[in-house]
Amino acid sequence: MTNRKLGRGVAVVGAGMSRFGAFPDKTTRDLFVEAFRELCASMDKGLDPKEIEAIYIGNASSDLFEGQSHTAPLMTSWVGLAPRPATRVEDACASSGVALRQGILAIASGLYDIVLVGGIEKMTALPIEKVTDALTTAGDTLYEIPAGFTFPGYFAAMATAYMHRYDATPETLMRVGIKNHENGALNDKAQFGQRIADIMQARRASAAKKGLPVPDWKDEMEFLHDDRVNPLIAWPLRLFDCSPVSDGASAVLLVREDIARRFTDVPVYIIGSGQASDGGLSDRRDLTTLPVARLAAQQAYAMAGVQPTDIQVAEVHDCFTIAEIIATEDLGLFAPGHGGRAAQVGDTARTGSRPINPSGGLKAKGHPVGATGVAQVIEIWKQLRGSAGARQLPGDIRLGLTHNLGGSGQTCVVHIFERR
Amino acid sequence: MWENEFTYAVYSKFLAEHKLMGTRCRRDGRIYFPPRPIAPETLCDDMEWVELAGQGKLVAFTIVYVGTSAMSAAGYSRQNPYCVGIVELVEGPKISAQILNVDVTRPEQIKIGMPLRVQFVERGEGEAKKTHVVFVPA
Repeated sequence: MTNRKLGRGVAVVGAGMSRFGAFPDKTTRDLFVEAFRELCASMDKGLDPKEIEAIYIGNASSDLFEGQSHTAPLMTSWVGLAPRPATRVEDACASSGVALRQGILAIASGLYDIVLVGGIEKMTALPIEKVTDALTTAGDTLYEIPAGFTFPGYFAAMATAYMHRYDATPETLMRVGIKNHENGALNDKAQFGQRIADIMQARRASAAKKGLPVPDWKDEMEFLHDDRVNPLIAWPLRLFDCSPVSDGASAVLLVREDIARRFTDVPVYIIGSGQASDGGLSDRRDLTTLPVARLAAQQAYAMAGVQPTDIQVAEVHDCFTIAEIIATEDLGLFAPGHGGRAAQVGDTARTGSRPINPSGGLKAKGHPVGATGVAQVIEIWKQLRGSAGARQLPGDIRLGLTHNLGGSGQTCVVHIFERR
Repeated sequence: MWENEFTYAVYSKFLAEHKLMGTRCRRDGRIYFPPRPIAPETLCDDMEWVELAGQGKLVAFTIVYVGTSAMSAAGYSRQNPYCVGIVELVEGPKISAQILNVDVTRPEQIKIGMPLRVQFVERGEGEAKKTHVVFVPA
């Protein structure tokens, strides 16, 4: 593979996001305005929004979720930035990760110096069956979806292939969820800001208050095995193996590397970018790995000139617990078959040797699909700048990575970030 | 000649006759499913239709409790979940299909590697009638 470099360096100098969750009174415009306002407030040396030259918005399916297409010009107008060129990017759940890459390329090309990249999705207005149908449009609707696949179904099938090949069980998957809820509990933007233990306590208290028998789960595993509170969605995946249906928006400001210090003394440089694509799930030779993730990671590592062992923190696309395990292996952070064990023994915890998803991941933070890729970048931006608050990782964190997946693994985009 | 059109419409026409078809690259003989008009391995578009034997083995599966609205309309629900899997065909390619005649209440009894064979199931009425490919234990 040829080692490609960007024509000009690019840095992230500002970031903001809405809370993630279910917000019946907010549209994507409201959420994007929230994210944009927080971005403006995050600018260490201020920002004159008039300086922004172009806007790229990741959005998977406002068409189906809200009956609104053509969202990029609307978002741009709503934050007062029309008539600047606005482009919507759609690659399913990788939409804003790919939008970020488009923003990077726009600056690297020499066309722009200052670019706003956002992500939006409002999913909770539809009943769950309609949400399921809308999401399945990102699969292969001719040859796979009619067979009965859903998105949890796709990843559940990968989980059965993984469990068959390696020493993993449904409990291995549950450990990922427990860990991500631990992290999400420290994130005030998270949809589920509660540890599993807190959720158990709340359920017990609620039962006692209603005069119902109080459940006597002895630990988190017993709770997660209880069909009443953690029903099967697509065996072996249960409710707590799945990221939620969410509303939310995210935004980052990209600038040409050599003007970054005009905006902040602590820019976060984008030193690696990779992207790959693929056909449907049944097209793949091996169902325990995603070729797109391996290829995107190889490109990003080569551009950055770093190794997987150099990465100090990663935000990966845990749309389902199994997806985090496979992602960490595809990225080379763990050997094939070892990603599950890593979660089990605590290697991927915030205090572990290789922290994964300190934000709580898609599982606990929430997964408004089009907003997710940029939200991952925001967490890395915070961790590298030492501004992640209660969930700040210990030590001098200088190198981080994001891994954003689309569909069943038809798209993957990987970025590597550095604080110098 | 529709035989030389490698489209979903032609695939569906074969399927209605209970023929499971893939395409074969005339350059290297590799067989593709879904039927592709251009072979990714050779980037060759000299293809021909080939009928698949409809035999293979299970390589991945799941039991779906929250299905699509199409599967709900076919009578599936949380109380009546269904099995969907990926079958590696004897010709090489893989296919996604519903797996029937397995005990969905005991997923641990459904074995990866088990031999399967194709069946054709009609769903819907009149204009909406459609042939679906399903697999059952061989």
